[in-house]
Amino acid sequence: MILRLIERTGVLLVSLAVSSVLVFAFMAVLPGDPARVALGVNASEQAVAELRQQFGLDRPLTTQYVDWLGGLLHGDLGTSYVSKAEIGPQVFDRLQVTLLLVLAGMVIALLIAVPAGTLMAARHRKVSGLALSAVSQIGVAVPAFLAGILLIMLFAVKLGWLPANGWTPPAQDPAMFLQQLILPALALGLVQGAVLTRYVRSAVLDVLREDYLRTARAKGLRPFQALWRHGLRNAAVPVVTVLGLQLATLLIGAVVVERVFVIPGLGSLLLDGVSNRDLLLVQDVVMVLVIAVLLVNFLVDLLYVALDPRLRVGSR
Amino acid sequence: MSDVLTVQGLTVTVRDKTLVSEVDLTVGPGERVGLIGESGSGKSLTALSVLGLLPEDVVASGSVRLTGVDHDLIGADERRMSRVRGRELAMVFQEPMTALNPTMRIGDQIAEAMLIHRTRPGRGAARSAALELLERVQLPSDLMRAYPHQLSGGQRQRIVLALALANDPALLICDEPSTALDVTVQALVLDLIVKGVVARSSALLFITHDLAVVATVCERVLVMYGGRVVESGPVGEVFTNPRHRYTQGLLAASDLDTADRRLPTIRGNVPAAGQFPSGCVFRTRCPHATDICAGTPEWTGPVADGFACHHPAEPVSSPRLPAGGAHA
Repeated sequence: MILRLIERTGVLLVSLAVSSVLVFAFMAVLPGDPARVALGVNASEQAVAELRQQFGLDRPLTTQYVDWLGGLLHGDLGTSYVSKAEIGPQVFDRLQVTLLLVLAGMVIALLIAVPAGTLMAARHRKVSGLALSAVSQIGVAVPAFLAGILLIMLFAVKLGWLPANGWTPPAQDPAMFLQQLILPALALGLVQGAVLTRYVRSAVLDVLREDYLRTARAKGLRPFQALWRHGLRNAAVPVVTVLGLQLATLLIGAVVVERVFVIPGLGSLLLDGVSNRDLLLVQDVVMVLVIAVLLVNFLVDLLYVALDPRLRVGSR
Repeated sequence: MSDVLTVQGLTVTVRDKTLVSEVDLTVGPGERVGLIGESGSGKSLTALSVLGLLPEDVVASGSVRLTGVDHDLIGADERRMSRVRGRELAMVFQEPMTALNPTMRIGDQIAEAMLIHRTRPGRGAARSAALELLERVQLPSDLMRAYPHQLSGGQRQRIVLALALANDPALLICDEPSTALDVTVQALVLDLIVKGVVARSSALLFITHDLAVVATVCERVLVMYGGRVVESGPVGEVFTNPRHRYTQGLLAASDLDTADRRLPTIRGNVPAAGQFPSGCVFRTRCPHATDICAGTPEWTGPVADGFACHHPAEPVSSPRLPAGGAHA
């Protein structure tokens, strides 16, 4: 267990290092000078040179990289070339919003996928199971932004039950926060839930075929009890893999959904950064997203070990 | 004394194919009965029908009665069957490597068998009973906290046996319990099974294709072929004096005294499920078959000691004992 923890931590650190190089290098090789991009084509050579000097863009790339990475490690994301504002506080503010949104989406996806997938597996030969399959198939085909627009049209415009957009921090007004969270979280969660349902279904189907489930029935457990007590944890292993991958997709999905619902999250910040040609901001946001995804994968790896004792090497 | 298990006219079908037809069998109190036959003869399906754990699409009809249970096991709903399974009726399956939950500790898996049926007052009592069961199958007590993957096949099969015997069932069914094991541990597992049922006066229905195993474990034997019981009787008698031509062939093919020559085989192969001939199911492979074998042979003798063959082998020594000696 300890060994695996060390091993996974090592993998995490190496991937973080490599991805920081990649993100930095990618932004560096983009054509155009960041200072020129920030100031626009009409700026004078002198103004550009001053800006370059002010932000250290005239130094060698390796120095710039080390400087940026050192800042990252201290939570200092630098100063925007465009707005001249500190990037760190903005990113961390927005990160909280996006994480809440993604978490809510994930919870909704799980609330849909676990019961529906289990039911589909248990009834895979019956009409009700096939009907659920068909519905989830449709869900898989709908992109999150389209789901978002459809949800707004139905619940906000037509029925007027929920606000169409906006964001209130939970500390400020919890009721409003929840009302505004529901639609974007649904837009994210419904689609991911439909995808996840199919994985839950196949994982449960596999477990249903296992000998140990028959042993559990032979002990005197009813089919559902046997599945609950003996199947769930075993089925969770493949599902957790997909969940980890989906969290990455959800983060990306959040970028789009935030735009649809006018939510001040990391996604909107990223898009703002792109349209304002704020290269350092974009670089920072991308790096924070990458770190989030890598951390999720790290946690998934640890979760495997918690779920499946066969992975605990050296345990007796 | 009435029988522990009474199976009458058990027929198992999958869609239009008949896999087991008209099987009658009884197991008396504390009796150890063997069910032998080649793969595909319907032995396992018979056992799973008794337990009510047939795969989807596979349907059993007929009657299965168990002592102490006031309803027929065939057609009983899950709620009633779940009270019988693991309590009055327990089973040890063929493949020990996959029979246990890989994510649950051994001790919890054994204790669960007792907690489901509330045969012990609480978790603590169930755990100490599990510990005792572990000792009975000659495993160290520190395995309580182990996971199945840390155990060998033989050890796992002993765990499965321990949890099957946890509630002192009236009937234990073992489906090829030693087939997947190394020869060295086979004898130990068989010994533990016999000791376990004898200590509890449980009856045993023992399924195998291994005649030597039947001879050591069982008192009475039923021979199955093509989904039918073709012969039954006390082990000693059936093995020394087979009457059905299939039993005769099976014995000749596994004759342990013929080390210096090639064993005779039964010609042809076991037909695929549902492809058995009408009439006598063995007639397509039987060297003695004639035209009358196209008709289903009548059962000769009592249920517990008889055969169904148009051209039975001559009794080698004395003719069969009349009914009554069945539970010897």
